[in-house]
Amino acid sequence: MDTKRYKEIVDENTPKENRLYNGMIAFIIGGLMGAFGELLIQIYTYLFGISTSEASVFMIMTLVFLGCLFTALGFFDKFVAFAKAGLIIPITGFAHSMMSAALEYRQEGLVTGIGSNMFKLAGTVIIFGVVSAYVVGLIRLIVLGG
Amino acid sequence: MIFLNSFLFCGTICLIGQIILDNTKLTPGHLTTIFVVVGTFLDMFSFYDKIILWAGGGALVPITSFGHLLIHGALAKATNLGPMGLIMGMFDLTSAGIIAAIVFSFVLALLFKPRD
Repeated sequence: MDTKRYKEIVDENTPKENRLYNGMIAFIIGGLMGAFGELLIQIYTYLFGISTSEASVFMIMTLVFLGCLFTALGFFDKFVAFAKAGLIIPITGFAHSMMSAALEYRQEGLVTGIGSNMFKLAGTVIIFGVVSAYVVGLIRLIVLGG
Repeated sequence: MIFLNSFLFCGTICLIGQIILDNTKLTPGHLTTIFVVVGTFLDMFSFYDKIILWAGGGALVPITSFGHLLIHGALAKATNLGPMGLIMGMFDLTSAGIIAAIVFSFVLALLFKPRD
């Protein structure tokens, strides 16, 4: 069987995902996450009497904690399979990628397992974020002067 | 009103991500990387600050805010120290998210066993 025919058969038998449904679910779940973040910020400012920027740091930590906890309990993979980008794009996706890497390599030991593999998935976010932020920062310093 | 703005902004970002995920062969890892880079470039002329004023927490929840916070901390230091400040202040604002993720996942990985 030549490769072209093989490719056609693969394309025919790949299950078609309903893109409209996926998009709607991602929009609603992602939107609810955003509104939940805003709600947390307002609750923290009201309860502790802190500024909005401090409350937003607390909010990010809360979401990271929830993402880690639900991943460790084993629920989060099912949530992600349902909501897809609705939970990957918010900061919970970052927490989820670190937590699942830590859990997966735990049996290989603390240093060689968790220590060396925790950033296996999440490292790309930090590396590309830092490099692009450095480039953009330099451009802005040169063009606008700060 | 700000809740509706949060819902709309964060939902739209997630919808764009889902469209990219469905129509290309990119993995979720590519997706988060793309959005962080987009976040830093949106902040080149303080455009993301205006979005945060409009959408509040909805603009801080997506991973684009991670890129925004990276460059924001860097520029805050760079106003006093010049290009060296970029390197020194890069993690000033993002450290909360990164440290929380490291500590929580390390502690929880010790407490829980992986399930499949």
